[in-house]
Amino acid sequence: MDLAYVWFFIVGVLFVGYFVLDGFDFGVGMSLPFLGKDDVSRRQIINTIGPVWDLNETWVIVAGACLFAAFPEWYATLFSGFYLALLVILLALIARGVSFEYRHQRDSLRWKRGFDRMIVVGSALPALLWGVAVANIVQGVPIDADHEFTGSLLTLLNPYGLWVGVTTLLLFWLHGVYFIALKTDGQVQQDAHVLARRLAIPAVVFAAGTVVWTYVIAAGREAPLLWAVIACGVIAALALLASVVANAVKRDGWAFTAGAGTIVFAVLTLWLALFPFVMPSSTDIAYSLTIENASSTDYTLTIMTWAAVIFLPLVLLYQGWTYWIFRKRVTRSRIEKAAALVH
Amino acid sequence: MDLLDPLLLARWQFGLTTLYHFLFVPLTLGMALTVAIFQTTWFRTGNVKWLHLTRFFGKIFLINFAMGVVTGIVQEFQFGMNWSSYSRFVGDVFGAPLAFEGLMAFFFEATFIGLWIFGWDKLPKALHLASIWIATIGAWFSAYFILAANAFMQNPVGYQMAQDGGRAEMTDFLAVLTNPVALAALPHTLSAAFMMTAGVIISIAAWHLMRGQNLEMMRPALKYGLWGMIVSFAAVALSGDQLGLVMVQTQPMKMAAAEAMFDSACGADASFSIFSIGTPDGTGEIWSLRVPYLLSFLSTHTLDGCVEGINDLNVQYTTELFPQFADQVEGNFAPILWITYWSFRWMMGLGGIAALTAVVGLWLTRSKAKRDVPQWAWKLAVWAWPASLGAILIGWIFTEMGRQPWIVFGLMLTEDGVSPSVPGWTVLISLLAFTGIYASLAVVEAGLIIKTAKAGPEPLPGPDDPDPSDIPVADTPTTVY
Repeated sequence: MDLAYVWFFIVGVLFVGYFVLDGFDFGVGMSLPFLGKDDVSRRQIINTIGPVWDLNETWVIVAGACLFAAFPEWYATLFSGFYLALLVILLALIARGVSFEYRHQRDSLRWKRGFDRMIVVGSALPALLWGVAVANIVQGVPIDADHEFTGSLLTLLNPYGLWVGVTTLLLFWLHGVYFIALKTDGQVQQDAHVLARRLAIPAVVFAAGTVVWTYVIAAGREAPLLWAVIACGVIAALALLASVVANAVKRDGWAFTAGAGTIVFAVLTLWLALFPFVMPSSTDIAYSLTIENASSTDYTLTIMTWAAVIFLPLVLLYQGWTYWIFRKRVTRSRIEKAAALVH
Repeated sequence: MDLLDPLLLARWQFGLTTLYHFLFVPLTLGMALTVAIFQTTWFRTGNVKWLHLTRFFGKIFLINFAMGVVTGIVQEFQFGMNWSSYSRFVGDVFGAPLAFEGLMAFFFEATFIGLWIFGWDKLPKALHLASIWIATIGAWFSAYFILAANAFMQNPVGYQMAQDGGRAEMTDFLAVLTNPVALAALPHTLSAAFMMTAGVIISIAAWHLMRGQNLEMMRPALKYGLWGMIVSFAAVALSGDQLGLVMVQTQPMKMAAAEAMFDSACGADASFSIFSIGTPDGTGEIWSLRVPYLLSFLSTHTLDGCVEGINDLNVQYTTELFPQFADQVEGNFAPILWITYWSFRWMMGLGGIAALTAVVGLWLTRSKAKRDVPQWAWKLAVWAWPASLGAILIGWIFTEMGRQPWIVFGLMLTEDGVSPSVPGWTVLISLLAFTGIYASLAVVEAGLIIKTAKAGPEPLPGPDDPDPSDIPVADTPTTVY
């Protein structure tokens, strides 16, 4: 059963990857009404993630599939239990994805405005709800002896869930604004620096609250990795402060890197607070799903481990290379020229 | 009928969202290959018309691909949301091919498609060409892993039951991946996907040729579509025959239901009915038009073979093989016969019609033809796409409805797979939401594909080009969001 513990961390890494990558996509989408003052600047903003949002979203598909394969019980309880929240996330992701593809297909401002709204809503809702979902997994939800969730959507909308949801919303947003600053020029970039400064204070407040609150929950459950929870929480906080400073002195690369670090360690804080549970039951802790009782057999996990060990580094390599290929800034003049060529 | 029955609603939702997702999958599989072939031809010959065709069909491919991705996430989430008991039961086996699909195939596909779309002016030509091939092969591997997962539901192999009987546990991953159902279904699905793509290409090319525009590009495109249709139809028929043989071995009830055959029969009596009318209670037949020996041949490749009927199979299942499920299904292990019977025929019939259209098209456009292609033929050709699309969708309806009442053949009934904690009204909300969103997206999507198809490729350099740009076409981006 040792491999199950390995897989707890592999699945964690996949979700960390998803939140870091699609996180800034969400942030870019949410920034559209704040930084996109005309159609060219809106196109400039969307094109910063144009070649990569799709592969970023792929991470959630892989993370979900690995969760299913490595922890079928967890997958079954979680997905049937958090039904309506996941439904909203799915619909939002659909709306966002098709809007990227459709908005530039017609030259009518009304057509574009409709899809712009869908991009904003389709980015903000998942940014909020992923936080709510992860927070509720960590905090524990009512689960009966058969591992069935017995709550409702309202069960999930509790103070801790909402607080963490707002935290992820703010962190993803800030992360996306850093990305825009890194990838654009001109007015959009200047506005991004200002917006990032405005978002900094609420982000710091909510993130600090999340770290402390999560620590209290983990301590209350006598989490075995409490020291690691504290360490990750502190690193996340320091990274967030570093990103704020880097933005203030306009070091965009550092701000974005530190923003990514914030998300990595914030998600790790939550993940480690969960250990060794995967879904603690608030009904009776004995009904909880744990790494051991929710996992697949050693045989299945062994095969999966081989696949992950071989392919995950490869994936990181060629996706990293993709980012390198598209490393250039999306300048306003290039968008104007390219748009004229394509249409 | 209870409108808030979670089982019924979950089944409708799965059927609806899966078929909708599958509107986009075959075109992705086939169009990726097409675009790769066209671009390779341009790369090797330097003839710019292939470049323009590449970019033209690439646009259609892209519009389609985005829908495939976003509707695909729904598929994966749905197993857990609506079918949690099923997921608990099979996750140890069924999850692995899905995880492999993500790690080994889908990551490649999504990444390299992005590189291809946005890399025209950023990648060296050979690398850019390689990226569409990698994406194509990634898409095929995706199809393979998904079919391997599906094959476990049709014909579970490579597993043992857990000691407490609570779940199936994988014992042999290689057996899961080389499931005979998966190996037969893969060429069948891929070639059917290519038929559908060929249908779309024929339609688009015919639309332009009918109007006498873009002749230099659309003539080779039409030829490619027509030959592609015929070759892939041959592959569909051969692999379908193979799949049929496997089906008789692994799911004899499905074959009996495909024929709505109640009593076992041998030789000439094992006939294939082209059309039949049954009694209202669905237990017998009144009249049918039959081809003797054909069913025997399809099922065993011999003329004197025997094919088991529904009644005999029911006795065998009830008394010997699955007595523990007999009460739950009231002794009837057959799927809904009118669906299996007619979907089997419509699948083959529509596929045949599509192939026939291509034969006629090749005849009319042959180089020795003395007459111009008549206008009615062009008009007909513009409607080449629905037949093969219909065939492939109905084929899936046959496969999955024919699996009923099982969710995993012999191991778990569909009614036992549904999520126990999800109330009917919740499933109803999501069913309505998906139906509404999917319907409106279908309208936009169809409109965009038609608009792009009608706009046609960028004009070739020469007197037709109204705006000869200074930048070589190959170095301009195809898409700017």
